[in-house]
Amino acid sequence: MADCNITSELVEAVKARFSGIEIQENNDVTVPAGDLIPFMTEIKENPDYAMDYLTNLTAADYEDRLEMVYNLASITHGYTLTVKVKLEDKENPQVPSLCPVWGGANWQERETYDLMGIVFTGYPGHPTRILLDDNYKGYPLRKDYQWEGGREA
Amino acid sequence: MKTETYTLNLGPQHPSTHGVFRIILELDGETVVKATPVPGYLHRGIEKLAEARTYTQVIPYTDRMDYMAAMLMNWGYVAAVEKLMGIEVPERVEYIRVIVGELSRIASHQIAIGAMGGDIGALTAFTYTFRDREYVIDLLEMVSGSRMTFSYFRIGGVAADLPDEFFPATRKLLNEIPAMCDEYDDLVTGNEIFQARTKQVGIITPEMGINYSLSGPTLRGSGVNYDLRKARPYSIYDRFDFEVPLGTNGDCFDRFRIRIDEIRQSKRIIEQALDQIPEGPIMAKVPKVIKPPAGDAYAEIESSKGVYGAYVVSDGSPKPYRVHFRRPSFINLGYLGELCEGWKLADVIAILASIDIVLGEVDC
Repeated sequence: MADCNITSELVEAVKARFSGIEIQENNDVTVPAGDLIPFMTEIKENPDYAMDYLTNLTAADYEDRLEMVYNLASITHGYTLTVKVKLEDKENPQVPSLCPVWGGANWQERETYDLMGIVFTGYPGHPTRILLDDNYKGYPLRKDYQWEGGREA
Repeated sequence: MKTETYTLNLGPQHPSTHGVFRIILELDGETVVKATPVPGYLHRGIEKLAEARTYTQVIPYTDRMDYMAAMLMNWGYVAAVEKLMGIEVPERVEYIRVIVGELSRIASHQIAIGAMGGDIGALTAFTYTFRDREYVIDLLEMVSGSRMTFSYFRIGGVAADLPDEFFPATRKLLNEIPAMCDEYDDLVTGNEIFQARTKQVGIITPEMGINYSLSGPTLRGSGVNYDLRKARPYSIYDRFDFEVPLGTNGDCFDRFRIRIDEIRQSKRIIEQALDQIPEGPIMAKVPKVIKPPAGDAYAEIESSKGVYGAYVVSDGSPKPYRVHFRRPSFINLGYLGELCEGWKLADVIAILASIDIVLGEVDC
């Protein structure tokens, strides 16, 4: 598979503007939750990056944190970027909603809230459950979720 | 004169919702004031189930997302695991994957074309495309032993080599595909009533398409040239000569029309793949027990509905720690509510059909 990650120079240029971000070896970028909206707006609007397409939005539950994962792509330039946000507060995980930046975030955030219990703030009436019943208790994709009838994980 | 709006429940049991799916419509006369899509009736928790299975055991679950193009669903998942493990698959496997993947795309588009015709009142189209789809499915059955849920892909390869009789049978079918497509065009695309129901209806602008993360024919119908096979060629798609059909108006008609053109392009790709396919092994050297190193990987392919991605996290054990599927039907549907506003009730049926959803994939 062709390597289409955003080039290192571009990533370094963003780092100069956002001091809080960390860059992994594979060029994945970890952004503090507070910087998420300005960071995403910058890489979307700046024509040097033109990350105009939010491909994928999901989350994973680790022992010490929940982690948001955003897969972005540039239809203009063709390259991709993975952005992550670490949420240390597992009791009350909150991250700003990307709905004002991308309409495509809406259903994906609702799905992530529904199954993983991450609250997306700053967007009116958001999020609500989408796949499960409105009265459903719990968030099934959390590792501590208890369920009957399944195999032992 | 002021009249009250009223609420109409379209679905969850309705033939034109293509499964169990509900749209709550607030209508002013026949005009849609607000549309609220309600998915989830087919949610099986595949992502959660995957966490209690081995990596290989997840493959049959992917079949059950977009069961109209199950080969492509297999592909996106195994591509992510292979990326995580750094597996290079043999040449022959790449060609086999392209061939069965494109056949799956043809079968899926035939359903989309027939079902859209049926929804709009041209039920005859449905019988024609389903008749032809049987021939495509015959080929995939020859390869995998199944007609719908193939589970043919393996991590590092495919389950079995192509049988000898597959090659002449596929060439025979490919020769018939142009005539099939012409027949769909004569029967449906050129039909005046069909055009009246679909042209300039449910228009998606390129800007909104990109903003709402739409993909596949739903996005390309608006003229956005975004097909992963060209934009970021995966597997061996850079070796084939083919075009990406694009729409101009972003209406239901364009989304419908380019699917027929995509069938013609898939035919070209399969022909070239059959000419070029080398001899060789059908599995890479992979360990008996699949245990990817700890870490995560996201891989994506172009499925018949759009960008299909798989995000896989490994903790080093034989079972995936977390699996997420980026399902194009689900995300394409996220724009439906806004798209339906202002159109007539009958247009909602045309719009929904033109997006081509599969509820197994939407609800996961």
